[in-house]
Amino acid sequence: MAVLITAESKIICQGLTGSQGTFHSEQAIAYDTNLVAGVTPDKGGMTHLDLPVFNTVAEAVAKTGANATGIFVPPVFAADAILEAADAGLDLVVCITDGIPVRDMQRVKRELKDSKTVVVGPNCPGVLSPGFGKIGIMPGYICEKGKVGVVSRSGTLSYEAAVQTTTAGLGQSTIIGIGGDPVNGTNFVQALELFLDDDDTEGMVLIGEIGGTAEVEAAEFIKSWKKKKKPVAAFIAGASAPPGRRLGHAGAIVSSGAETADAKKEALRSAGVEVADTITSIGDAMKKALGVS
Amino acid sequence: MNIHEYQAKQLLAKYDVPIPVGDISYKTHDAERVAKWLDEDVMIVKAQIHAGGRGKAGGVKVVKSVQEAIEEADNMFGMKLITPQTPPEGKEVHRVYIEAGVDIDNELYFCLLNDRSTSGITMIASTEGGMDIEEVAEKTPDKLFKVHIGPGGDLQHHHVRKAVFDLGLSGKTAKKAARLMLNAFRAFTDLDAEMIEINPLVITGSGDVVAVDCKMTFDDNALFRQREVAELRDDGEIDPLELEAARHDLNYVKLDGNIGLMVNGAGLSMSTMDIIEHYGGKAANFMDVAGAATPERVAAAFKLIYRDPGVDGILLNIFGGMMRCNDIAEGLVAAAREVGLSKPLVVRLEGTNVEKGREILRESGLPIEPVGSMGEAAKKIVEAVKEVA
Repeated sequence: MAVLITAESKIICQGLTGSQGTFHSEQAIAYDTNLVAGVTPDKGGMTHLDLPVFNTVAEAVAKTGANATGIFVPPVFAADAILEAADAGLDLVVCITDGIPVRDMQRVKRELKDSKTVVVGPNCPGVLSPGFGKIGIMPGYICEKGKVGVVSRSGTLSYEAAVQTTTAGLGQSTIIGIGGDPVNGTNFVQALELFLDDDDTEGMVLIGEIGGTAEVEAAEFIKSWKKKKKPVAAFIAGASAPPGRRLGHAGAIVSSGAETADAKKEALRSAGVEVADTITSIGDAMKKALGVS
Repeated sequence: MNIHEYQAKQLLAKYDVPIPVGDISYKTHDAERVAKWLDEDVMIVKAQIHAGGRGKAGGVKVVKSVQEAIEEADNMFGMKLITPQTPPEGKEVHRVYIEAGVDIDNELYFCLLNDRSTSGITMIASTEGGMDIEEVAEKTPDKLFKVHIGPGGDLQHHHVRKAVFDLGLSGKTAKKAARLMLNAFRAFTDLDAEMIEINPLVITGSGDVVAVDCKMTFDDNALFRQREVAELRDDGEIDPLELEAARHDLNYVKLDGNIGLMVNGAGLSMSTMDIIEHYGGKAANFMDVAGAATPERVAAAFKLIYRDPGVDGILLNIFGGMMRCNDIAEGLVAAAREVGLSKPLVVRLEGTNVEKGREILRESGLPIEPVGSMGEAAKKIVEAVKEVA
């Protein structure tokens, strides 16, 4: 049964009354997401999109039994919003906000070191489980309930993976956008672990990009799989990127040889991963890895 | 964000990091004033550009007299420095820094940086100062010493004690080096730096410790609370098109191909560059029109790319999540009406509100026909641009 967002999910939105929070919560409701409340400081007591609004996350949890949140607040307040959600004991915190200072996220990492709360993002498209709902900004219409778990650093590329696995007739169990920031919550390895333990997931698509070594660590993790293993397909963006230039994502910059697209593709191939040459062949790569035609 | 060497030194000096005495000049007569004020037996004249490798390119000169300092500075103004880190045509020198020479006994290396693999800050020290540190890491890794500071943690005295002993320092010099490291760390966290690299970190003949060259970069996301740092930005160091793009909050990087790209999302933007190359073309730019764009920003982005003389054709590739296709279409139509459409344009539109977006394009009466897939779009624009050329 999918991961992170499941039949048990009761979701709130931090920043529900803002324009992004409103728009994407409407989309989530239309996608049959179990959205139970919103949190906007100083707007407690009002009703928005037919949902109760609370001043604090703790209050929303006490009144609704919520266990997950999507964060749509401006970057200046976002790190604090993550910590507030974790403090209130939520199982899942998905932070969509882009532009959070690195030092703030380092502080979040320190505070949540021993926490049971799973943080996804920031600077990410969110999480979507077809049939169970979504947190974030992924368009629902391109997804279909199925057997592929998708994990991606890039938002738009997670949509490409969704469309292509849908078109290939495979569908998705869950799509996890881990975000493009240098310091983030859930990483590739943790996402792959979730999918490995999920009965509905038969194979995984991993979408990485230049910069950092998270994809290489994922390759090492895949290599370590023994009895319990699942086929993985991958794509790495940025093969044509000039070194030393930051391309959009705070983390997308080649600063050493190990961080290039080629080095990452090679590491993944050596771990037995089916690597797609272009962004348009992700669906085919997954089919090949799964052994279906 | 990058700043100049002299700016980095001036910032560090505020945190009691010792630097050689010196000052900046913008014109030859400024340089004359600085050189006469310094009046040292040995002075260093340094071109200030945002790129390393200045020494070999003629951007750093050791001089022995005030007159010589003025002459070298005069030579440097307006000079185009070409180093491995500059664009091929080089970077023009507008600022020259003159500082007192330092009596060098030993050259070390010191760096603090945000380390994505630990989510914390890592301190790197090495006995091989003045060298390219990647080369040191590769050839003599035993001469490189690292301290990982946990996420959100502080640099501790025992961290720097280990570092200075690793570097072979002792006595008062060791104490001075330790103090410099702690001060640099305070600057790093106070100022939301991304990296502080002091190379070389010089031990002088009298046992003092001095930051002789320094590079500092900052977290762009934190500039809103670092006004003093933000004001150090030198627009002259930034490509004019990139500067214009930044004014419209667009993520734009100029590249050397001829296909203009307008894409939403950094990942999709990179993959679009990749697939263009796969089909034998080359992108003129990276552009992420980013999250919550408005039609006005979309129009500004399109005009910016369209007016780039290096662009022979444009590919618009949108997969809307946060971004809504109707906003894209509206902006595109407005911009296309304004500039006319004499360069080939291929549009691929998918995602949030896609039907509304396609309707706007259809009803505009402009010859904009969205293609079905990204592969098809890439092939089409590569062919169209070949025909133009």
